[in-house]
Amino acid sequence: MEIDKNEAARVAHLARIHVDDHELARIAKDLSAIIGFMQQLNEVDIEGVDAMTTATPMVLVQRDDTVKGGGLQKQLMDAAPVAQEGFYLVPKVVE
Amino acid sequence: MDLPELTLAVARDGLRRRDFSSCELTSAYLDRIQASGMLNVFSHTNPEATLAEARRADAQLADADAPDMCGIPVAIKDLFCVEGMPAQAASRILSGFCPAYESGVTERLRAAGAVLTGKVNMDEFAMGSSTEHSAFGPTVSPWRAADTDARLTPGGSSGGSAAAVAANLSLAALGTDTGGSIRQPAGFTGIVGLKPTYGRCSRWGIMAFASSLDQAGPLTKTVRDAAIVLHCIAGHDGRDSTSARHPVPAYESGLDAGIKGMTIGIPREYRIDGMPEDILAMWEDGAAMLGDAGARLVDVSLPHTRYALPAYYVIAPAEASSNLARYDGVRYGYRSPEGRDVLEMYKHTRAEGFGPEVKRRVLIGTYVLSQGFYEAYYRRAQRVRTLVRRDFETVFADGVDALLTPSTPSSAFAIGEMADEDPIKMYLNDVFTVTVNLAGLPGISVPVTLDDRKLPIGLQLIGQPWQEDRLLRIAFALETAAQFTSRPAEWWLDGAA
Repeated sequence: MEIDKNEAARVAHLARIHVDDHELARIAKDLSAIIGFMQQLNEVDIEGVDAMTTATPMVLVQRDDTVKGGGLQKQLMDAAPVAQEGFYLVPKVVE
Repeated sequence: MDLPELTLAVARDGLRRRDFSSCELTSAYLDRIQASGMLNVFSHTNPEATLAEARRADAQLADADAPDMCGIPVAIKDLFCVEGMPAQAASRILSGFCPAYESGVTERLRAAGAVLTGKVNMDEFAMGSSTEHSAFGPTVSPWRAADTDARLTPGGSSGGSAAAVAANLSLAALGTDTGGSIRQPAGFTGIVGLKPTYGRCSRWGIMAFASSLDQAGPLTKTVRDAAIVLHCIAGHDGRDSTSARHPVPAYESGLDAGIKGMTIGIPREYRIDGMPEDILAMWEDGAAMLGDAGARLVDVSLPHTRYALPAYYVIAPAEASSNLARYDGVRYGYRSPEGRDVLEMYKHTRAEGFGPEVKRRVLIGTYVLSQGFYEAYYRRAQRVRTLVRRDFETVFADGVDALLTPSTPSSAFAIGEMADEDPIKMYLNDVFTVTVNLAGLPGISVPVTLDDRKLPIGLQLIGQPWQEDRLLRIAFALETAAQFTSRPAEWWLDGAA
């Protein structure tokens, strides 16, 4: 399975990673090699086999629906690159 | 007494006998950390705060019944959130981040009175096998090959943790293991590395790489030390929904009960082409040692072994691409000044903040989860994962107590040696260890001997789920028989001749 430059650019957009045009060829080559390595999985007979979605068989537990902890707004906002009056600031979203 | 030469168990006993204080012990380690700059192991230290913890531990030790870990210096992989310390996962994208909360396992260490000496280096977001993919630069192994002075990798991703213990900069270190990131560096540096059963230790407060595979564990000088640390950090935590409620036994007390009558499986699929003679010979010797100790050895087959690595390199990047979506320059860490709108800001932040290996894996993960490919790759890999797990269940059901394999397909390689290689060549480092993560099992690497280049090589034991006590007992028998006592020379120590 060959990934071309257009496909590499599409994936980079979906992953929200900026890629310069001159890097696309190398990324496409890397991805193609790794996807090629994964093709071995097509040799396996998986007919009737369930997907494993958890590492050990367990029932997903639910917490009580009560408020616990919290009150960390200041510490959390302090970790942001830009924040003001309790809000995160970002470049404009709508023109 | 030369304090940095002690094992954790001996230091614990010495603290109780008042042979020395935690302040004296901690100072000895801090001095060595200070003189270890050439190895680039620690990314953060704060000697004053650490000594204050040691003083508190000494007060706690004055009372009877202080926990085993009280007063013991421990180094922490930069993937854990520890209050009062920066947490960067060795990534530029988290530069300046100081978490407002404490990880579940470091909370347990602190409650027991352990002294946290600082943060240690790793591959960025735990993605790598050499600790070269780090915003802090590579960590250097204290080991050198007989034939060259080339700087060697300590392995990875918990390479800082492994180097800290191997160089006697810490009595123990915490690491994490997603595909072999505790066991491979332990193998490369001649120490013990334990990955517990998935769910044994809380994942709360550990930056997530691949949530269905990640597990924290100890890197130590001996099997006994691993048992002591595991007992402290294991146990249920309601903040991690996959944390198990299984009771935590006193691992140390059963260590020397012997392995008479146990059955050890030798999986034939782990005998791969091109494996060095020294590794094969060590594997045979190790099996003979367990046989001499009274275990029964059987050849077993795990037929889906060769599909574990490609399945892992679908599942782990898929989970990573989802987990790492949160690093977008809004809530923490680095933000790029580039980008006119919010989407461009995200893209530039992630392009500048993530290193090349992390980007590669996020892209792969995004690809295999994208529309049209999800069934063909991700879903298929999850079904192959079921088959890998079934292979283990079958041999365990046949009465096998544990499996014996090499920890790594080679001894340590040089820093930069893999730079121009195909990324898949680096991934092959995990060939013996990823199966264990896919199946959620406990595994331990035990140092056995030196190869022809005078570098450590080790064996891995793989146990049944939740049977760390039995696994540690077998590992202790192997360690006792192997008598691995080699230590690296101290060419790297500042002021050393």
